[in-house]
Amino acid sequence: MEKYLQIENAEMVFDTKKGRFVALTDVNLNVKQGEFISLIGHSGCGKSTLLNLVAGLLDPSSGVLLLSDREIKGPGPDRAVVFQNHSLLPWLTCFGNVYLAVERVFGGKESKKQLKARTQAVLDLVGLAHAMHKLPNEISGGMKQRVGIAWALAMEPKVLLMDEPFGALDALTRAGLQDELMRIVQEIGATVMMVTHDVDEAVLLSDRIVMMTNGPSATIGEVLAVDLPRPRNRLALADNPRYHQLRGRVLEFLYQRQMKHAA
Amino acid sequence: MSAMTINADSLTEIMNQSEAVPVTPIEPVAKPRPTPLLQTERGKAFVEAIAKVFRAALPPVIGVFLFVLLWQIVSASGGESGLPGPVKTWASAQQLFADPFYDNGPNDKGIGWNILHSLYRVGAGFGLAALAGIPLGFLIGRFKFLSGMTSPIISLLRPVSPLAWLPIGLYVFKETEPASLWVIFISSIWPIILNTAAGVARVPQDYLNVARVLKLSEWKIFTKILFPSVLPHLMTGIRLSIGVAWLVIVAAEMLTGGTGLGFWVWDEWNNLNVEHIIIAIFIVGIVGLLLEQGLMLLAKRFNYE
Repeated sequence: MEKYLQIENAEMVFDTKKGRFVALTDVNLNVKQGEFISLIGHSGCGKSTLLNLVAGLLDPSSGVLLLSDREIKGPGPDRAVVFQNHSLLPWLTCFGNVYLAVERVFGGKESKKQLKARTQAVLDLVGLAHAMHKLPNEISGGMKQRVGIAWALAMEPKVLLMDEPFGALDALTRAGLQDELMRIVQEIGATVMMVTHDVDEAVLLSDRIVMMTNGPSATIGEVLAVDLPRPRNRLALADNPRYHQLRGRVLEFLYQRQMKHAA
Repeated sequence: MSAMTINADSLTEIMNQSEAVPVTPIEPVAKPRPTPLLQTERGKAFVEAIAKVFRAALPPVIGVFLFVLLWQIVSASGGESGLPGPVKTWASAQQLFADPFYDNGPNDKGIGWNILHSLYRVGAGFGLAALAGIPLGFLIGRFKFLSGMTSPIISLLRPVSPLAWLPIGLYVFKETEPASLWVIFISSIWPIILNTAAGVARVPQDYLNVARVLKLSEWKIFTKILFPSVLPHLMTGIRLSIGVAWLVIVAAEMLTGGTGLGFWVWDEWNNLNVEHIIIAIFIVGIVGLLLEQGLMLLAKRFNYE
């Protein structure tokens, strides 16, 4: 299927106290099934807004968003979101948090035993089987984000949406989780749309990088195909001239063509 | 130079000796002396813990001591008609608590009964307030329209002194018992409503987004997200509310009479038994403190931050 997720002429206008604010305009994008897309741009370029449109947490002012030929109306578990601050419910254990999602999506079709097995399997997938009965506040930031990813994957979503998932983590933890995410996405063939402001992260993980112009009235400036072979290894890529070429292209877009005036 | 040689010699000597000692069969092998209990790791920790307790307890002990001293000075300076001093009050308290549960008819009951009566009224009045206030708080927090509707009424009624409600209660219920429950109810309902509503309005958007992405049912949203998230606020409301109820009950019972700590205080004032009034003040304070601490402990259990 060529066009899995379609975004056609999407526009997002917010009514603020200072009047109409056009956040996004004329956004067109097609995402193939199994593709990993990164949205990159300066802060305030509307990349999170675009992600929230796909999630259904926002409704577009005009334009259409389709997922496997059905219009996106409101949020739903077929478009699971990994929030930047993981958004785990602090009164439920890691298991409880994931189980809440599993129960909601598969509760009608499967027995309790199957639901529990599913929850364990997905926590296993993110390497957290040992900590599943801990409360979110008893584990580290990196582990919380793993649970966040497990929570989203547990719904077996058509698209996995990630809003700066590793933004709040330290560099080493982030690298570890990026590698893990690459492995998982490869393993289950997920379609992913990820918001990031990290150029290395975008090049390392993506099949295509969607670079956005500065707001207001932000739109897609350029789409860069990352033709690096998979599986990718961050150490090997350090000596790969193509990697540096791609990285340079993104940097050039962000810092020359979309130079952000000192804020 | 020579000093060094001597040193080296004596060293080897010592080393030989120390090596020789354990093998010498004549000498009885000395049992290894057990380390004194307080020098072991656990012993040291124990001593440290005791010291910590003392350091923590010292300021309050000094404070209480000075307070009693001040009390003694004030009562002594009053001469014959002065306030009863700590010693006299203590003796009176011992007598009083020797038989706390006697019952000589409607207006002469043991102190235990009076305390229990007051606690019962606080419990019942507060229970009714919680029963009405918690659901109301949830509704006001969840629906803006309802919040707009009720906010002028709440703002108007909340600052009213609790005892001002007593005549209304007496008029409507024609009896003192329900009237005092009514006073507790109406004065303790506001903190519950307001804190619950504030808690609901402050449920983090992140948690609600979780609910939206999962498309949870209203019931699931309530049980899995709203209620646990509001619980700490609700506990604060309950704590404030019981605090108010306990403040009000003594005053209400002074007016309604019959039983309870408030009635007892007034009764002892009529008997001019000042020791008992002072004891009553301590009882009210201690029970209030215990209620507060108990609820704090309970609140800690529900705090996830």
